Amino acid sequence: MCGIVGLFLKDKALEPKLGAMLSEMLVSLSDRGPDSAGIAIYGATSGNEAKITIQSPKPDRDFRGLDAELAKALGAPVSIAVKSTHAVVRTTPDKVDAAREALQLLRPDVRIMGAGEAVEIYKEVGLPEAVVDRFDVRKMTGTHGIGHTRMATESAVTTMGAHPFSTGADQCLVHNGSLSNHNNVRRELVREGMKFETENDTEVAAAYLSSQMAHGKNLGEALEGTLSDLDGFFTFVVGTKNGFGVVRDPIACKPAVMAETDQYVAFGSEYRALTKLPGIDNARVWEPEPATVYFWEH
Amino acid sequence: MPATSKATRESHARVFDLDVQSLRELNQALHNLTAGSNETAWEVLNPKGNHSVAVGVDQPVSIDVRGSVGYYCGGMNSGSAITVHGSAGPGVGENMMAGSITVKGDASQYAGATGKGGLLVIEGNASSRCGISMKGIDIVVHGNIGHMSAFMAQSGNLVVLGDAGDALGDSIYEARLFVRGKVDSLGADCIAKEMRPEHLDLLQGLLDRAGVTGVKPSEFKRYGSARTLYNFNIDNADAY
Repeated sequence: MCGIVGLFLKDKALEPKLGAMLSEMLVSLSDRGPDSAGIAIYGATSGNEAKITIQSPKPDRDFRGLDAELAKALGAPVSIAVKSTHAVVRTTPDKVDAAREALQLLRPDVRIMGAGEAVEIYKEVGLPEAVVDRFDVRKMTGTHGIGHTRMATESAVTTMGAHPFSTGADQCLVHNGSLSNHNNVRRELVREGMKFETENDTEVAAAYLSSQMAHGKNLGEALEGTLSDLDGFFTFVVGTKNGFGVVRDPIACKPAVMAETDQYVAFGSEYRALTKLPGIDNARVWEPEPATVYFWEH
Repeated sequence: MPATSKATRESHARVFDLDVQSLRELNQALHNLTAGSNETAWEVLNPKGNHSVAVGVDQPVSIDVRGSVGYYCGGMNSGSAITVHGSAGPGVGENMMAGSITVKGDASQYAGATGKGGLLVIEGNASSRCGISMKGIDIVVHGNIGHMSAFMAQSGNLVVLGDAGDALGDSIYEARLFVRGKVDSLGADCIAKEMRPEHLDLLQGLLDRAGVTGVKPSEFKRYGSARTLYNFNIDNADAY
């Protein structure tokens, strides 16, 4: 089953409430997926700072002293904000690749959830309520975000198997459905040099979009490509640094509903997820058409 | 009985507020109704996308749902008259047996799926698979319907005032499909058929029951089964 949500704010006045609104939306869909949950939030960017969200099975051991060790390895300032099993590493944008390599050497058990100027990604095994509490998501501010609660059908219930999946700077994706040609697509992407952390089908969809955008396509064009290149059932909700997109496969079995007002664009697997949004009673509410790309950019 | 009693009863509709009462309480109360009950008018507040609102009601009561509902609203309905003053999620009126359901807004996927009787009216648009496997239900959609509607439809009538998506009536048995607008494509074994006087009469009756005015049966085209899939064709043996 799985439940997915997305919220793209147009009204800056709502930005301090993004985490609370998105959390509420995700928690309302808890019974669509009890296995794991995750959320990606796009915060303010300063232009001279990159964020890398990392996760560790042993945060006490792995995160202690990491800022100093990483700063030394990179020769650049590093700060770390720990949130439970995750931490956000901040450094200069030119050091992201070097930081990935250094992290692998310094802390082999640490996994990278995602990186970019704006995005922070938190995901864990457990119900949405527990996950948003654990990472204090309700207090987060930002411009847009996506979330997922998982009922696993296709690969293991692990932190890394949870959504969102991020395979490119400030790019991430949540998925309801299952892909049938992901092994083939993964092989092609590996040949291109993409790296994969899991056997999960959704990670392939995320990497496919990253690859398309790396080849110069915009989010809308990349999403269009999923309709011909990915086989299976999918409703995807995707975030980029300044954009938000939705696409459903042509059969469109997986549910989806959207709402738009002057203040926001919202997506939910079900209408239940949207009922507490401000002004929902007067919002334009519709079911996204099959095989049709929707995207918004700031 | 005094002439005012019906009006008095209706002004005292039994109200369930799903913000404070549970869905289970509502459905249990509806299931506890027995024939001849005086509680003939019900109102449901704050449905907020809840699933299975007013499923399995088997008494001829009226139920006004004030807002939008989630999955399976009015499923298995067997005699009640449900009005959703909002939109409905997937499977509204699934397997309806009798009675009526009116959705003032839009309906999501598979509205009226497998319905055996009664009338389902969607005043907005219906999404994909509307009337899939319908077995006698009548469905009237004021707007458009999505792809794969009336898939394997067996009997009953589907009336669409707007347009139909791809693969309308794929593998249809004997249901009648009436579409006023364009049809993106017909599914396997579904063909356009002649609109004979009895069909015009039937359609007028359906439009009347659904409260549609200003629309003439002659504006519709009829679609149904070519009946070529009823029996195995030996020429297709190689396909198996």
